Amino acid sequence: ENATLQDTNDHVMANLQKDGSYSVVPRIPGGEITPEGLLAIGQVAKDFGLYTKITGGQRIDLFGARIDQLPKIWKRLVDAGFESGHAYGKSLRTVKSCVGSTWCRYGVQDSVGLAIALELRYRGLRSPHKIKLGVSGCARECAEARGKDVGVIATDNGWNVYVGGNGGFTPRHAQLLAEDLDTETLVKVIDRFLMYYIRTADRLQRTAAWVEEHEGGLKAIRAVVLDDTLGICEDLDTAMSAHVDAYEDEWAAALADPEKLRRFESFVNAPERPDDSLAYVGERGQARPATKQEREGDAVLIAGTTLEVRR
Amino acid sequence: MTIEITGVAAGPARCTAAGPARGAAAGPACDVRGVVALDGTAEWVQVCALADLPRERGAAALVDGVQVALFRTHDDRVFAVQQYDPYSGAHVISRGIVGSRGEAPTVASPMYKQVFDLRTGACLDAVGKEPVALLTYPVQVRDGTVLVSGAPAPGDPGT
Repeated sequence: ENATLQDTNDHVMANLQKDGSYSVVPRIPGGEITPEGLLAIGQVAKDFGLYTKITGGQRIDLFGARIDQLPKIWKRLVDAGFESGHAYGKSLRTVKSCVGSTWCRYGVQDSVGLAIALELRYRGLRSPHKIKLGVSGCARECAEARGKDVGVIATDNGWNVYVGGNGGFTPRHAQLLAEDLDTETLVKVIDRFLMYYIRTADRLQRTAAWVEEHEGGLKAIRAVVLDDTLGICEDLDTAMSAHVDAYEDEWAAALADPEKLRRFESFVNAPERPDDSLAYVGERGQARPATKQEREGDAVLIAGTTLEVRR
Repeated sequence: MTIEITGVAAGPARCTAAGPARGAAAGPACDVRGVVALDGTAEWVQVCALADLPRERGAAALVDGVQVALFRTHDDRVFAVQQYDPYSGAHVISRGIVGSRGEAPTVASPMYKQVFDLRTGACLDAVGKEPVALLTYPVQVRDGTVLVSGAPAPGDPGT
């Protein structure tokens, strides 16, 4: 248990916001969601008075959760079939997709199907820094896969895979690793690239920096991963299989662990008493944290996250 | 800051409830006041068992209605500082990472990572802002129970 070394986000499996509340992100693999799923998330947000926003990662973020509400919110989400989205971790985040050949008149491969399969495969993977993937169904690249650590773009013959891209402070475009792969080979190549990165990169080093600093650059990485020049591919494959086999949703696991649940108490001597310093105002029909001026002035403060409908 | 109580006759604690509701079904929070008085003025609030505090992590507590951050270090010392983070205005100090700088046990605010000395509340690293100290509260550990005084320790909060 490395609890003493963990930042609050990793410790409570949520993202700390400016007022001390947290945000909650259920996983929505490949960005595909059913109407029932949307309704379930929407009802949780209504019941807990959470602010909702759609993220760049094609999923839904719920804001304004008090630390003591996190287990209650997650119980509802887990019961509705959702898992942790690991938005708080140095881990795989999302695999974005475009509509692809299922519906789109231009799509040449099923980008959504592949994106979902990849996200379900790599969910829960921990890494030196966050990992973001994308799958586009044709060269128009609507999933912006070239801005990702691993980006897949469909061709008539299969999939091209690009690596070492990212957004953020220093945006980088992913570079071509291999072309026209069939799905099975593609997955193997991504497995090996990711596991090689995880095993050898520095802490907090994105794939872009890792590729750049790797001796021989991308060419050398290609040789390691495709031609097994270091003879480590079997180990990399075994490691990835181990990850896939061992995966369990960590929020479901936490809900079943009374020791873990104690870290969500608001106060050690008043575990159910909410933090009464939290204050919210209404904006565009939802709650947001009150500013300092609003707290001190005449702004109408709403209870926000304490307006729970107990069910 | 821990305080040794000597030479003061300690009477039985008068309890209005059965004690802190550790593991009990949700009920009203209990602040149990012991009658051990420091200088006859401050009162000690029984907050929790020492065993309730994980080592090298913080826990939030309510002491006389004030939010306090408790820290139990690896050597079982317990410190209490204000829970309110002056740099963000949020009550989050108890959620910070515990560490040390030389002799000083420290906590880093989880929000913007300012570092504070748990013994004095002094800001050791203001991360580019003006240093602001945290209030500290006297703590006593007696028979495995953690008591905190609701009156902040005297000190110069300006450092």
